Order: sequence, then C-alpha cells, then structure tokens
Amino acid sequence: MNWKSNSVRLGVLAALACVLLLAVAAWASSDAGSTAAAAEAATQVATNGSKLPWWAWPIILLFFCFILGIIAVLAGVGGGVLYVPLVSGFFPFHLDFVRGAGLMVALAGALAAGPGLLRRNLASLRLALPVALIASACAIVGAFMGLALPTNVVQLCLGATIMFIAMLLLFSKNVVRPVVTKQDAIGLALGMNGAYRDESTGETIEWKTHRTLPGLLLFIVIGIMAGMFGLGAGWANVPVLNILMGAPLKVAVGTSKFLLSITDTSAAWVYMNKGCVLPLMAIPSIVGLMMGSFVGVRLLAKAKPKFIRYMVIGVLLFAGGKALLKGLGI
Amino acid sequence: MSAIKTPKEQITYANLLFYGSWGALALMLVTFLIYVFGVLTPHVPMEQITSLWSHPVSEYLEKANVPHGWGWVALIGQGDFLNFIGVVVLAGMTIVCYLTLIPAFLKEKQTIFAVIAVLEVLVLTLAASGIVGGGGH
Repeated sequence: MNWKSNSVRLGVLAALACVLLLAVAAWASSDAGSTAAAAEAATQVATNGSKLPWWAWPIILLFFCFILGIIAVLAGVGGGVLYVPLVSGFFPFHLDFVRGAGLMVALAGALAAGPGLLRRNLASLRLALPVALIASACAIVGAFMGLALPTNVVQLCLGATIMFIAMLLLFSKNVVRPVVTKQDAIGLALGMNGAYRDESTGETIEWKTHRTLPGLLLFIVIGIMAGMFGLGAGWANVPVLNILMGAPLKVAVGTSKFLLSITDTSAAWVYMNKGCVLPLMAIPSIVGLMMGSFVGVRLLAKAKPKFIRYMVIGVLLFAGGKALLKGLGI
Repeated sequence: MSAIKTPKEQITYANLLFYGSWGALALMLVTFLIYVFGVLTPHVPMEQITSLWSHPVSEYLEKANVPHGWGWVALIGQGDFLNFIGVVVLAGMTIVCYLTLIPAFLKEKQTIFAVIAVLEVLVLTLAASGIVGGGGH
C-alpha cells in the first residue's frame, strides 16, 4: 500500500518534471524564435542573439539538464539521447555546439559511472575492449561526416534516428539472461566471458557471448551514428550486447555505459578540435545532468513507474518530429 | 561457489578513472566559476558568444577570432579557455587508463588485448591531436 502510494507520488512528480522540461524548452524556443526574427530584421547589425542576458542561459541550461538527468535515469536512457534532440530543437544554439556539448554530457556521465561498474564486474573490460576499438574509430569518421554535411541534412537524419530510438525503446524486448549454449570462436579467442554476483538474488552468474562477428560489425554503424549526432549510443549498445551477443542484461547495460566513455572520447576530441565545445553551454549542461542523475538514482531505488518510460518515448517522438521539421525548414 | 575475481588491470583502470574523472569535473566547476564571475577576462565576450552560438561553428571561429585544434593553449590565461583544462583532462582520462593496460596485458602474456589497447591509444591520440581533418569546415 505504502509502496504503491510512493510509486504514484513519484509518477506524478515525474510527470510534472516532464511538463516542466517541455515548458522550459518551449520558453527557450520562443526566445530563439524571436531571435531569428530580430536577426532577419537587422542582418548587418551585430546584435545580441537573445532577449535574455547572457547569464540567464547557463542557469536555464543547469535547471533544464537537472530535470533531464532525473527523467533520463528513471526512464533508463542516457542523457545524451534526450539532450541533443531537445536542446537542438528548442534552444537557440546551433547543432554544431549542441552535438559538442551532448558528447561532453554523455562522456562525463559514462566516466563517472565507469569505476563503480568495473569494480563490481558489471562492466567487462574484455568485452568492451574489442568493441570499443571498432566503435571509437568509427565515431571519428561519424564526427567528420556530421561536421561536413549540411546542417539541415544532419538535422533530418537526427530526427529520423530519434524516432527510430523511440520505436526501439517501445518494441525491443531485452532478455535478462540470454541462453548461450556454445561460445563462438571469436568470442572464445577474445575471452568474452565472465561472472558477476547478482545483488538481488545473491547468485553468481557466469556468462559468455555468441554471434560475436555480426555484433562487432554492428558497432561500426553504432560508432558512426554516435559521432555524427553527438549522442551517447547506449540505446544501440545494449540490444546488440544483450539480444544479439548474449551478454546478460546487467552486464550489457554496465558494459554499454563504460563503452560510451571510450566511444564518446574519440568523437568529443574531434568536436573539441573543431571549436564546437562552448564552456558557457557545455559545463552547466554537464553539472545539471550529473546532479539530476544523482537525484534520479535515489528516486529509482524507491520505485520505477513504467509509464515514465512511455512518457520519455513520447518526448523523444516529439523532439524527433521537431528535428525533422527543422531539417525540412518548416 | 567460488568468489568472483575482478581482473587486476580492471581494478587499476577503475581506480585511475575514478580519481581522474571526478578531479576533472571539480576542476571544470572551479574554472567555470572563474569564467562566469569575470575573475579572468574571456577571449570572446559573453554578449558576442550569445550572438554567435546560433550560427555554424565556422562562423563562430571566424568572427570571434577563435583558433581551432590546440591553438587555444596560447589563450589559456583567458577566462573562457581556462575551462578547457578540465575538459582536456576529462577527455584524456581514457587514454591515460588505456596506457596502464598495455604493460598489464603484456605481463599476463595476453598479446591480443595488449595489441587492442595499443591500437585504441593510437586511435584516441589521433583524434586528440587534431591532425585528421584539421581546420574549421
């Protein structure tokens, strides 16, 4: 009874957080819209790009990312996947800077989570190493592709990808403990196996992978997409590691988070060298999202209302649609 | 039931990552406060940033006279570029952690993993160097 009322209370809070998130985004968007109109009216004049004073933006971003961090944890998605479409869709920042900040946000979250996951064997270094090499090399290629293509094309592709991610979250059925009867030769040679202790049951779970080659090949695509759009790629890493390669869900989630710290590093360097990381927007975003994640984890321990996940899917569809329209110039 | 042993190199990696990434985040926070409170004058004035961040990066680099690649090192004394110290430490942690893996794997005679670690260091260093595709687009 108590648990149920806690769940309901948390659900209402999360729903309010979602509404608040969209309200801030809509407000930022209206300022961005008036900015565009003002810019058109006075093209030759070096005007301030916003009606707001400069110091308002870091505060708005800090608050926005704090809420984003809570929602991301409760919905079980990475911060980057929500950050890039929402901030590029509703804030006045150009996609180049949003992708740069998005990668830094995903990187900071992954680096902070990595040590705990590695120590508890929930992330496997031996599973991550070969996969990370492929994904990080391809993320560099993706980053260059993303920076070379026209912005509207990237925005269109981003919109389509975000909508695909929403569908993936809606329909993919991850398996807690996939059955792997025989490990394949590549998995065996690379030592892609291990054991971890399940804290909820006290059981020791041994695991090994199969279908390693198709799994590794898919990380080429994942790396390119992570670099091109500045998204953390946990949404793609987990199903490939879990459903395709047969890693238990906890190991797949942990290894995926750790993997982001390597994949996003390579793409982040490219964006940084190209001048796409602006401290005024990247640092409040990182701090806000990490603070939100801490609060989110505490709330998560109490309950996990399922409908938050559906709400986030709705937010992603909305943000994806907005990116598509922006790409089409509508 | 045997106790689960976490490989030694994995523990070393985790410890290094823990101190490095949290240290970098703390550093970023301090330098950001120095920046926004105007303790050090920024290279690009705040008002100019807000007028340029809605334009492509190439325009920002040109109009604000911002160097690309590692050119920012020359501007380290300015409030905005001071922030890049923490950013670089954060983005460099993975390379540092990987460097510790190479001798550990070689000692265990795990040549495949040592080679993978060397290749990863090369990939990340190449990305960090700014050699590939240098310059704004």
